[in-house]
Amino acid sequence: MADLSQKLQEQVLQARKTGQKLNIEGGGTKAFMGRAADADAGSLNMGEHTGIVEYHPVELILTARAGTTLAEIEATLAEEGQCLHFEPPRFGDGSTLGGTLACNLSGPARPWSGSVRDQVLGIRLLNGKGEHLRFGGQVMKNVAGYDTSRLQAGAMGTLGAITEISLKVMPKPAMSVTLVQDMAMDEVIHYMNSRAKEPKPITSAAWVDGKVYLRLAGAKSAVEATAGKWSGEVVEQGDQFWQQLQHMQHDFFAGDEPLWRFSVGSTAKNPDLDGPWLIDWAGSQRWYRGEADIAQLETMAQRAGGQVSLFRGGDRTDEVMHHQPRALKEIQQRLKKSFDPDGIFNPGRLYSWL
Amino acid sequence: MNSKPKISAAELAEQFRAFIDPDFVITDDETMKPYECDGMSMYCEMPMLVVLPETAEQVQRVMRICNEHEVPVVARGAGTGLSAGAMPHKEGVVLSLAKFNRILDIDPLARTALLQPGVRNLAISEEVAQYGLYYGPDPSSQIACTIGGNVAENSGGVHCLKYGLTVHNILSVEMITAEGDRVTVGNDALDACGMDLLALMTGSEGLLGIVTKVKVKLLPKPEIAQVVMAGFDSVQKAGDAVGGIISHGIIPGGLEMMDGHAIIAADDFAQAGYPREAKALLLCEVDGTEEEVNEHIEQAENVFRKLGATSVKTSQSEEERALLWKGRKSAFPAVGRISPDYYCMDGTIPRRHLAHVLLEMERMSEEFGLRVANVFHAGDGNLHPLILFDANVPGEFERTEAFGGSILNLCVEVGGCITGEHGVGVEKIRQMAIQFNDEELQQFHDVKAAFDPAGILNPGKGVPALRFCQEYRSLEHKQHKHDTVDAAHG
Repeated sequence: MADLSQKLQEQVLQARKTGQKLNIEGGGTKAFMGRAADADAGSLNMGEHTGIVEYHPVELILTARAGTTLAEIEATLAEEGQCLHFEPPRFGDGSTLGGTLACNLSGPARPWSGSVRDQVLGIRLLNGKGEHLRFGGQVMKNVAGYDTSRLQAGAMGTLGAITEISLKVMPKPAMSVTLVQDMAMDEVIHYMNSRAKEPKPITSAAWVDGKVYLRLAGAKSAVEATAGKWSGEVVEQGDQFWQQLQHMQHDFFAGDEPLWRFSVGSTAKNPDLDGPWLIDWAGSQRWYRGEADIAQLETMAQRAGGQVSLFRGGDRTDEVMHHQPRALKEIQQRLKKSFDPDGIFNPGRLYSWL
Repeated sequence: MNSKPKISAAELAEQFRAFIDPDFVITDDETMKPYECDGMSMYCEMPMLVVLPETAEQVQRVMRICNEHEVPVVARGAGTGLSAGAMPHKEGVVLSLAKFNRILDIDPLARTALLQPGVRNLAISEEVAQYGLYYGPDPSSQIACTIGGNVAENSGGVHCLKYGLTVHNILSVEMITAEGDRVTVGNDALDACGMDLLALMTGSEGLLGIVTKVKVKLLPKPEIAQVVMAGFDSVQKAGDAVGGIISHGIIPGGLEMMDGHAIIAADDFAQAGYPREAKALLLCEVDGTEEEVNEHIEQAENVFRKLGATSVKTSQSEEERALLWKGRKSAFPAVGRISPDYYCMDGTIPRRHLAHVLLEMERMSEEFGLRVANVFHAGDGNLHPLILFDANVPGEFERTEAFGGSILNLCVEVGGCITGEHGVGVEKIRQMAIQFNDEELQQFHDVKAAFDPAGILNPGKGVPALRFCQEYRSLEHKQHKHDTVDAAHG
C-alpha cells in the first residue's frame, strides 16, 4: 500500500518537458488489448500506486488507488458480505481497478447490475499537463461539473492516468441458482430477452455450445420460487460456469484464433458468419472466433444496432476498434488535446489517430 | 465571445422564418414572457428571440446560423429546472424543444423506447405499462419534466439507489452539435468503442449539444411493492437505521427521510397518518417478487424496531402505500403552504455526516433567522433543505441565498457536493469555486471547447469563469473565519 501520486506526477511533468511519450501500465494483464503499444514510449507504472483509501460498507462506497488489484478489493468487500457486482474480469492475479475502468470491463451480470462505468462515482486523474485533478466524489448523486469520471471508461488511458477511483459497491446476493437447457442459436435470442422482460431475479443469461444458461440471484425465497417455475435443469456449482465466463477461462476463449467482440442490440439477429459464437448479456454481447476483415464485420455490427472490436489476437497494428463517424472523431481528438495537449499518454493505443 | 451580437434580432428572425413556421419564431415581449425563467423563478432574463423548431434538420440550421454569428443558444424543455439552467441569455436565442413530443418507437422485447426529447418523463411509464414495463428515473417533477431535460440534468428521483440515474437508463442520444452536425452518441448496445461521450453528455446542462432523440432502457414492473414507515425520536437514530437496512443486504427501491418540520407540514397537507411527534421519519419501499418482498419487509421491520423506532407501520394495500408516499411527494407544496416562499437546496453528503450536517443547519437557521425543513433521499445522501422565506420582505431573499450558499459549503466540507440532481445552472455557479480548484474548472472549460469552440451553447451556466472564483473563495474564507469566531464567542 503506497501513495506514489507525487512521483507519478513528477514523471509526467518530466515527460512533458522532454517530449517523451508514456504507456500507462498497471498489472500488465491487459497488454493484449487495444492497438499495439508504442515501443518507443516509456512506462508510467501504476502497479505500485496501491491501497484501499476508504471503505464505508453501510454507505456502499469504496475508494482505492488505481493500482490496487481486484483481488485485494474483492477480498476486502467479501469480509463485509459485499462485492463488485459488475463482476470485473481478471486476466491474471495482477488485474487492477484502474485498468478495469480504462478498458470498461464488466462480467456476465452487466445488463442487470450495470458496468464498471455505471458504478464509478469519482476519480483522481493526472492529465497531460501534470495536473492532479479530482472529479466527482464519494456520493451516489453528483451533477456538479461534467462527468469526466465516466468519460474515462473505454478511453484506454488516452485522456490521462487515473490514480484513484471511488465506486458504488453492493451486497452479495444471498443465493444464486443456475438453470441450463438445450437450445438452438436461432431461438435463444428471443428466449433470453423474454426471460429478461419478466420481473424475476435474473442476473445473467448466456448461450454457448447449444445450451442456454440463466442465473437467478437474490433473496433466497425469490430465487427458489422462480427456479421452480422456469424450465431448465439446475446446474450443480453453477457459479463456476459464470466465473469461467467472467474471467474468459471458458474453453471458447482458448487458443490464438482472433477474438471479436460484438456489442449489439440484445434482440438483433445474429450476424451471418460461420464459426464459433458465444452469446452473453442476454444477447447484448456476442463473441466470435475467426479470421475476418474488420470493415466487413463493422457493417454486420451496425446492422445489429452496435459495434465490433478485435478484442484479442489478429493484426494489432491496424485499427482494432469500430470506426468513429467524422464528427465524433473530431470531438474525441479535441477532447484528447484538452486533457493531454502534447499527446503523452498511450499514443495510438485506442485509435491510430488518438 | 463578443458582448454584442453580430446580428440583430430582426435579421436572425428573418433567417429562421425562411425554414421554420413564422408563428414559431417569436420576437415580441408578450409572447416571449413565459420563457424568461424556468422553475427557478427568482432568476429571470428576456431573450433576444424564441424559436420552436420541429425537426432535427431545423435545429441543425438554427445551430449553423447561430454558430456563424456567435449567438448564444439556450435549449429548453418543459422549463421545470431548479437551477436556472434554462434561463435565457439576453443576447441569445431560446431553442424550445416543446414540439419534439412524440414517442417514436417502443420495443417491448428489447425493453427500449425511442423518444423525442420533449416527451414527458411520466408519459413514458404510462405508455409502456401495457407491456408490464416502466422507465426507472422518477424525479418529483415527472408529471411535467421531459426526457431531454432529464438527460441535461442527469435526473434521479426517489428510486435511484436501486435503479440508477438517467445516465444508467439511457442507451443513446441523437444530438446536434454547436456547429450543426447531427450525431448519435451510443447505440442499441450497452457500450460503444472509444471515450464514453454518452456519460459526458448526461448532466451537461445544455452546454455540449442539443439532444433531438433519446433511446431509453425500460424495466419490468416489479410484481409488488410495500412501504415500511418508521418514526424515530432523533435524526441520528433514523440515520443509523438507514445504515442498518443496508448492512442487512437489503437495497430498498426507495428510502426517504423527513425531519420534524417536514413531517408536520406533509401530514397537515396529505393526512398521511405520519407520527407527528417523531423527530425523523423513514419511508422504506421494498419491491420485487412477492417472496422477496415478504422476506425483506419482515427484516426491515425488525431492523427498525431494534434500532429504536418509536413507531413502525407497513402498507397493507396499494392505497395505503400511495397515501404514505403522498405525504413525501407533496412535501414541497406542503411546506409552500406554511410559508409565502421556499427555496429548495440540493446538496449531497456522505450519509455518516447526516446528524452533524442537520445540527449545523439548525444553528445556521438561527443565525440567518430563517426556518428550514428537510427532506432527504436517505439511500443516496441527497439532501433537500427547504428554506422558508418571504420574497416581499426586503433583503430576505438575499439572506436566503446566503443561507443556501452556507449549506452548500458545508456539504463540500464534509466530502459531499453542491448539487445531487438539480444542476449548477446559474444558481450554484459561485459554489463551483468551492467544489473545484482552478485547474479542474479550466479542464471543464476545455471540455466544453472540444464540443463548442465558439462557446455558444448555454454560455454563463454550469462552469464559472476563473476570474470570479478567486474572489468568491477569499470572500467565503473570510466569512467562514468570521462564523467560527462568532461561534466560539457565542
